[in-house]
Amino acid sequence: MEHTLRQVFRSGKFVAGFSIFVAVLLIVFLYPLIVPHPPLEIISQGTFFPPGIYVDVYDSIGSTTHYTLNLDDAVAKRIASKLKEEDRLAMKEWLVAAGLSESEIDAADTQSLMDQWVNNYDPKTNIPGMTNARRNYYIRLNTSLDGILSTEGAIIAARNPDTGVLEEKRIIPQSEYVNVSEVANVRVLPLGTDNFGRDVLTELVKATTVSLQIGFVAGSIATLIGLALGLLAGYVGGLIDDAIMFFTNLFTVIPSFVLLILISFSIGQERRGAVTIAVVIGFTSWVWTARAVRSQVISLRNRDHVNLSKLSGHSIFHIILADILPYIASYVVMALILQISAGILTEAGLAILGLGPKTTLVPTLGLMMNWAMIYQAQILGKWWAYFPVIITIALIAFSLNLMNTGLDQVFNPTLRD
Amino acid sequence: MPAEKDPCLSGRGVTKVFGFGRTRTVAVDHVDFDFHEGEVISIVGESGSGKTTLAKVLLGLINPTEGEVYFQGKERDIGSYRKKKEYWKQIQAIFQDPYCSYNIFRKIDTVLLDCIHMRGGRGLPRAKKVELMAEACSFVNLKFDELTNKYPFELSGGQMQRLMIARIFLLKPKILLADEPTSMIDACSRATILDMLMQLRDEIGMTVVFITHDIGLAYYVSDVVYIMENGRFVESGSADNVILHPKETYTQRLINDVPKIYEEWDLSTV
Ligand SMILES: Nc1ncnc2c1ncn2[C@@H]1O[C@H](COP(=O)(O)OP(=O)(O)O)[C@@H](O)[C@H]1O
Ligand SMILES: [Mg+2]
Repeated sequence: MEHTLRQVFRSGKFVAGFSIFVAVLLIVFLYPLIVPHPPLEIISQGTFFPPGIYVDVYDSIGSTTHYTLNLDDAVAKRIASKLKEEDRLAMKEWLVAAGLSESEIDAADTQSLMDQWVNNYDPKTNIPGMTNARRNYYIRLNTSLDGILSTEGAIIAARNPDTGVLEEKRIIPQSEYVNVSEVANVRVLPLGTDNFGRDVLTELVKATTVSLQIGFVAGSIATLIGLALGLLAGYVGGLIDDAIMFFTNLFTVIPSFVLLILISFSIGQERRGAVTIAVVIGFTSWVWTARAVRSQVISLRNRDHVNLSKLSGHSIFHIILADILPYIASYVVMALILQISAGILTEAGLAILGLGPKTTLVPTLGLMMNWAMIYQAQILGKWWAYFPVIITIALIAFSLNLMNTGLDQVFNPTLRD
Repeated sequence: MPAEKDPCLSGRGVTKVFGFGRTRTVAVDHVDFDFHEGEVISIVGESGSGKTTLAKVLLGLINPTEGEVYFQGKERDIGSYRKKKEYWKQIQAIFQDPYCSYNIFRKIDTVLLDCIHMRGGRGLPRAKKVELMAEACSFVNLKFDELTNKYPFELSGGQMQRLMIARIFLLKPKILLADEPTSMIDACSRATILDMLMQLRDEIGMTVVFITHDIGLAYYVSDVVYIMENGRFVESGSADNVILHPKETYTQRLINDVPKIYEEWDLSTV
């Protein structure tokens, strides 16, 4: 027994798969302890905020200590963030269209470009062939350029509650900084927010937990049913075998996914919890485990050690448990691993079709995909709403399958390279 | 010959067919036999002639396709699992390949404990069970103390087969089917195992059905010999009769195949 375990952990593939899987489990377990936000809390007003660190503006201004940093590139960066390369080219285009010669304009020189722009730009000028949208773009650009070269600080004013008059409180120079750790409200959203305005990472961790649970419950149910039926059909044989195989063939002929869709649909959105879905998946995917176990048992039941056990007066129950089961245990473990992986993928498939668990209680990996699709994250280019989910699903399936391949190589020495 | 006694195990038209269509194999083909109490009966045939299949039919591990087996004068009734268990208290076996005969997940003492339990010793105190197991082990020259907590695959082939004999020692069946018990083990252990088997037979007076492909061995141990070819018994009778005066060419060939070591008996020229 220990020997087998040692061999298993010497298989590179198994160890790789196992490490990835354990890492996923660790993250899923530790993350909620470190970041205890409710996973389905709607935090953003508006959808699909991009990934990043969100710092409260009010608190930054009100932060107790302000630091002055004299950084050489601060001005250049500030200008670059407001005046992008394409804006410069658009300005040049407008100026050329307005009659300036192209050689006069240097788009890289902010100062001269701004001078030319301020001197020439007039929103009322009609440039032939320009669309309305383009005209509006220039108007917006013009407003945003206002004060771009100013070195004045910003003035903070507050309304006096008695007189209702704005009173200047403080001037914030451009070289004034706050330390993020001293700002009262900072929220890190490594994966931004989703279509409902929820923190994607926190949601993803919870979804992974739920999906793993679904996979585990579904896989265990499928393996247990398949194992029990396979053992019974394979060992007892005869009429029981015929009956079980008839039943199994019925399930084989009806594609289980279609069956799953029909069952999920008829259960109804309201009563489809994560557990229900897991149980339904488990009850529709035991077929190939049953078949595989049966054929293994058939090849075992005429072995001499089974014969000897019979001659020693053991009951059928004892023989199945002590003389058959240990010999197929490694096989059953592999089947379980594959069933867990299949369960997670099946849930994802169902949920993408809108037949997953009901959406108000828990997220699952499939539901997150479903939401991202309904709100067209992939069309809008909001990659953070669906790409991490795909990666997670792929990682879990990959690690489980890798573990399985590793086990296969240990238990079937002919496959070893 | 104790012919006047009723046979303890006999068969009429016993047939076993495996598969159907193109894979159809007639492993045992309408064999008749009468095994009498206390005899050592050899079934001799080359590999694939159906000896093991016949043994399994006799043990009730597989059902014959056709024919009847009579046990102690009556038609054998092993319809239910309970009746089979009763049957197996009286008829036991040693299989050909010791490496496949044990459950590799169970320790050695459980194999012997099963035998004690089968003979109704479930309620015995632990010390008594250990004493019985130790006695059985010492009968086959194994040390029980060294075997406890070991798994069968930690023993050599010869030791495993001796443990099988220790099983029979505890079970004390009426009939023992020994299916080529020495063919898979090293030559040195062979004689020891054969001697132990014969010693055990003398001790508990059981009928032994000895299956072998080695006609010299059969001559050495048995009273009665059945020659098996392609699932049929082609010749049978007392060992002297069959081996010293073979009628069939098949028997003749089996005798000629015997290695030189038996030449001093000079069987072929008698
Ligand atoms: N379970 C089985 N299924 C199909 N054919 C079998 C089976 N067992 C034995 N046979 C066939 O029956 C024949 C006799 O086999 P066996 O009884 O093992 O011979 P022996 O023990 O004399 O070597 C062989 O041709 C073998 O291939
Ligand atoms: Mg054989």
